[in-house]
Amino acid sequence: MTTPTSDRWRFRVFTTDHRSLAILYLLLALAAVILGTLLSLAMRIHRIWPAYAFPWFGVPSPEQYLALVTMHGTLMVFFVLTVVPQSAFPNLVLPDQLGAARMALPRLNAAAFWISLISLLVLLAAFAVPQGAPISGWTSYPPLSAFAAAGPGQGTGMDLWLVSIALFCIAAMASSISFLATIFFRRAQGMRFSRLPLTVWSWIASSGLTVTAFIVLFAAAVMLLADRHLGTSFFLPAGEVINGIRQRPGTGSPMLWLHLFWFFGHPEVYISILPGMGLASSILANFTRRPVPAYGLMVGATLAIGFLGLGVWGHHIFVSGMNPYAGTAFGLTTIAIAVPSSAEVLTWLAMLFRGRMRLDTPMLFTLGFVSFFIAGGLTGPVLAQPALDSYLHNTFFVVAHFHLVMAMAGVFTIFAGIYYWYPLLTGRRMNEMLGKLHFWISVIAAYGTFFPMHYAGLAGEPRHYAQLTGPVESFASLIPVERGITWSALTLAAVQFVFLFNIFWSIRRGAPAGENPWNATTFEWSPIAHPITSNGPYDYGPGMETEASCPQRQPSSS
Amino acid sequence: MHWLPPNGALHGVALDHLLGRYLSIMFWLFLAAQVLILAAMFRRRSNPGAARRGQSTRVFLAAELLPLLAISGLFAWMIFTSHHLWAARREVAAEAQALPVEVTGVQFQWYFRYPGADGVYGALHPELVNAPAGNPLGLDPQDRHSADDIVSSILMLPANRPVNLTLRSQDVIHGFFIPGMRLKQDTIPGMQSHLTFTPETPGDYPILCTQVCGLGHARMQARLRVLSQMDYNRWFSARERALRAAEATR
Repeated sequence: MTTPTSDRWRFRVFTTDHRSLAILYLLLALAAVILGTLLSLAMRIHRIWPAYAFPWFGVPSPEQYLALVTMHGTLMVFFVLTVVPQSAFPNLVLPDQLGAARMALPRLNAAAFWISLISLLVLLAAFAVPQGAPISGWTSYPPLSAFAAAGPGQGTGMDLWLVSIALFCIAAMASSISFLATIFFRRAQGMRFSRLPLTVWSWIASSGLTVTAFIVLFAAAVMLLADRHLGTSFFLPAGEVINGIRQRPGTGSPMLWLHLFWFFGHPEVYISILPGMGLASSILANFTRRPVPAYGLMVGATLAIGFLGLGVWGHHIFVSGMNPYAGTAFGLTTIAIAVPSSAEVLTWLAMLFRGRMRLDTPMLFTLGFVSFFIAGGLTGPVLAQPALDSYLHNTFFVVAHFHLVMAMAGVFTIFAGIYYWYPLLTGRRMNEMLGKLHFWISVIAAYGTFFPMHYAGLAGEPRHYAQLTGPVESFASLIPVERGITWSALTLAAVQFVFLFNIFWSIRRGAPAGENPWNATTFEWSPIAHPITSNGPYDYGPGMETEASCPQRQPSSS
Repeated sequence: MHWLPPNGALHGVALDHLLGRYLSIMFWLFLAAQVLILAAMFRRRSNPGAARRGQSTRVFLAAELLPLLAISGLFAWMIFTSHHLWAARREVAAEAQALPVEVTGVQFQWYFRYPGADGVYGALHPELVNAPAGNPLGLDPQDRHSADDIVSSILMLPANRPVNLTLRSQDVIHGFFIPGMRLKQDTIPGMQSHLTFTPETPGDYPILCTQVCGLGHARMQARLRVLSQMDYNRWFSARERALRAAEATR
């Protein structure tokens, strides 16, 4: 029963095998993250060296800068921060953590990957069509996104964006249905809900949010496509004039898109961060050799965040001219969601001071996640006040907020997960020294990139500006800050080569990991045919600092 | 808070004060949390006592529930203090003596319209929009309220008088932002919204667009000039005279 993982499992491309699908998803996300990062570096370079001509490309025009903004956001939010935590990681470990041999609805789950891949290819095709990629940002507010006349890239490029997003919605919902079915119907004997690892509870919440939120985005994308091509006017106002030319008048309102988009857009933040929060709890327990305190509170907080996450979307549109009483109400719900989030953070902080901490790479990246989640999270309650958001909205302060609390926190849990679960796929550990180097440079460069953005935002600097100069020159004094941000971003990107090298080098050269390298308790580390359990997920305790503590797998059954 | 641009609006004083207080509290919480994380990482000694079963409930209460209560209290205080600001400016109608000005966002330009002596804006018709012919907003010449409407590309306002802005857009969503007035609201095509504030300090303030509106988004900038009441009156009558002169030559 204890054959090494590498002998038992083989990677296949056309398969319903969940681990193979996980690798396919990771490769897809790797392509997306490399491209998304390059796009962001192009933006950073253009902002401080506006005359620099990129090799094979030249100097970006203002519309090309906005295309970079749009594609960077779309790639990162959908194909990295959703695909990895909400598609790759569940495929990697969810069935095993439940003691299930395979995913429920395996063909639906496999189809989701191929639809995601088509979605990515359709999105990338937007770079190749005449006029290029769309320029209306990842939020694609109409009428800018509704009329081809509104700007370059808003013709074929915008159509491809909408088709890509609609396909992505289908894929995300399909895989989430498969995960929920697996969790509800494929648990091993004795794997009660009270014994589920917190990663699984997170996937219950995030998959529930996915089916609830993505269906709305799907509808919105189809409605906007219909407005563009079928003569409907869900989002088209009356009296539309673009560039002096009267457009087809409608009877709808762009406000409808704002509400539909953000009804998806805010839960999306939790879809991408909740799995990482569950993983962080598990890793903190494992590497301090102590159980998660208040397991019930953590489960409750996870579900509360998921539930409240459906009712806070209005805080993205405080300044849209929405009824001011609605602004007050959405401010309240947003503060409400900060309470369970704070409960999780305090639990993590409390966990740091029990037992002896082992600082292996997965733990380091988890601590980095906690650090970023706090740094970005603390500005949330400030932005949640409509009175203050009416100054800070769409400034770099917001860019700092969500790149810390969603992007960096999310990416650091992705790193933690890859370092942590790497032995499952290869039977080897990634190199520790390279891992530590990767961590320390990344964490410092990430703060160097995103923390000064608070300052630029307070100075009033808006997002999405290709240039800081112009008729209004009040931001000229920010150029030294901007330069520091760009150099930090370049450093942050460069150090990822260490990570990539480590991944490929360790496949053959990494230290052999054995069956359970982190002495973890959860099922994925001891896969057996028909497991049973009567233990909780985190039965670490005093006197169990070195050994595998009390694994969920029953000794008798192995 | 010296790192915000200089404030020139009546409500900005309280807003800056509140923002400064919140941010300094958040900054200290941020520092404390980072110090805790680093302290835990570089702590050598394990702490077996804290994990003993009998103690864990008390430790949990002290380490978690009390800070959670304190943080929730902080959140509640933030809601009360900042809602006060929001309600005072946004949950009320503009005062009767407020100066009406209409703001129109057009790719990639801001237009400001004053209703003139009659105090009523002339009707706009999208099919009449013709910027090269000097009618960028589509003002209806047949309407008797149109003749005295002044359309400007600079926003002139007298100091110390409340202003009632009507926000609209001709094409796509724009974001009307005056950092120096601590003011921001989107202009949504097909919809009119209102914004009221009182400029206090005379001077020039940049006006920006903060909602992606197309390729000229970054250069969609204008200027607010706050004048003394006397200078404002002088500017306004000069514009009225120019309007009448143009009328006479037509």
